[in-house]
Amino acid sequence: MIDVQDLTKYYNDFCAVDHISLSVQPGEILGLLGPNGAGKTTTLRMLTGYFKPTSGRISVKNLDMPKDTLRIKSLIGYLPESAPLYHNMLVYDYLVYVARIKGIADPDKQMERFKTLADLCGLSSIMDKPIATLSKGLKQRVGLAHAMMTDPEILVLDEPTSGLDPNQIAEIRTIIRQIGKEKTIVFSTHILSEAEATCDRIVIINNGRIVADDTTANLKHKGMQNSFVRLTLKGPDRKTAHDFLTSMDPVLDIRTAEPNQEGLVCFEIRSPDSRDVRSDIYLKIKQTDWIILELARETQALEKIFQQLTRQEA
Amino acid sequence: MSQIKTIAVKEFKDYFISPIAYIVIALFLIVTGWFFFSTFFIFGRADMRDFFSLLPIVFSFFIPAVTMRLFAEERNVGSYETLLTMPVSFTDIALGKFFAATLFAGAMLVPTLAYPVFISFIGDMDPGPVAGGYLGALFLAAAYCAMGLFASALTRNQIIAFILGCALCFTLTIINRMLFFMPPQIVSVIEYIGASSHFTNFSKGILDSRDIIYFISLVCIFMFSTYIVMQEKN
Repeated sequence: MIDVQDLTKYYNDFCAVDHISLSVQPGEILGLLGPNGAGKTTTLRMLTGYFKPTSGRISVKNLDMPKDTLRIKSLIGYLPESAPLYHNMLVYDYLVYVARIKGIADPDKQMERFKTLADLCGLSSIMDKPIATLSKGLKQRVGLAHAMMTDPEILVLDEPTSGLDPNQIAEIRTIIRQIGKEKTIVFSTHILSEAEATCDRIVIINNGRIVADDTTANLKHKGMQNSFVRLTLKGPDRKTAHDFLTSMDPVLDIRTAEPNQEGLVCFEIRSPDSRDVRSDIYLKIKQTDWIILELARETQALEKIFQQLTRQEA
Repeated sequence: MSQIKTIAVKEFKDYFISPIAYIVIALFLIVTGWFFFSTFFIFGRADMRDFFSLLPIVFSFFIPAVTMRLFAEERNVGSYETLLTMPVSFTDIALGKFFAATLFAGAMLVPTLAYPVFISFIGDMDPGPVAGGYLGALFLAAAYCAMGLFASALTRNQIIAFILGCALCFTLTIINRMLFFMPPQIVSVIEYIGASSHFTNFSKGILDSRDIIYFISLVCIFMFSTYIVMQEKN
């Protein structure tokens, strides 16, 4: 569907995007992840034809940029970061304007499309309001309607949930997942849980380079390998508990951690084969009269991977 | 073609949604009305020559005020990105905005049509120079709009766009009066470059193809420059 090769963008001397190669399959939801300033927005802007790449090749459905830029633009619906719209227009007028520019001239077809979009994005009650008076979340929805005006095959969304409150984030995510059933979606975010919850595939960018490109499941699995179990006990002193746990078979990697309360002992336990060892630990501790206050597997797998990948280069 | 129209209509409506249109038109009428009629009865001539001779200098301040927002505001707000990622070509965008501005300049002139009507009541007026003058005014406005649009495409700051636009238009307006300081070899060239002499021909009722070509070339040059700036800025 989308094929990007060796995409590079320089702003004067600063290299914002450095030889990025990507390909997106039809029907895939691809999450572009990265810290602020990693080059996510620049990549998406080149993909949508707003910026000219310094070098590299972009092709969408076998159409090449810059030769077929105009046709590619009509295949892609794009929601720029923080949805910049014309503030002095009414929502309805704006949608009419967008429909006309995108080639829906027939008023009946426009109305039909507006109804679908109003239902999908929840715009029915704000059609007659000036865009300037809308809250950020509502603007975002108008922007989404703008992007989906012609029912495009590809949607590119740049940080669609940034700056929204948790309820609005949930709404936008629902919409994305709903559309994602039949469309190809590329969206950028720096919220990991969001990528984890919505994407089929995740590409992590740092300093303009791709540092990871894998399915969400695979990435999570990789993260699990570094996972550990956090154990908090009440009863024994640190030394006794440590010796007791070390005597377990197979031998576990046990590190002491700071307990969050006086009189407790806390450990981070890793098993060599990244197996879930919680049941082993429980059975072992059951033999004593200590009290288990916490026995939890660290689950922020993606977060760890993200930090590892983006910190070592910074 | 339809996209040029869509953009032109949208931009034209935009002027009237915000207070810009009303302020600019009112000011324009006050300024031209005052300067024209303050001497009109002293000379006692039933023509509009003095009105038209005012236009180049008045336009060089009013037209940039009309065009300054066209690109600069979109860049500043960020809607430029939304616009450019829709399936429209740079040419469509530039032409749409140009036609909107020229149309607005036309709308600015419409209320002044009351002057010739009024004058024809109190004296025997020759309609030829007046019709020619209005036609010339449209050509002049179109050329200045192209220059203002070019200035607006250069920056994201509306004030800078305005000042640049004024500087461009003002230069073309007064360059004819600077001939005295020019070396004699280039006097004729400079005279041709200045806008006033070409416009004066129109307001005398002379439709000379040279003048028409002059204004059309100005429009073409600055529209093409705008196109190049748009392309280079991305």
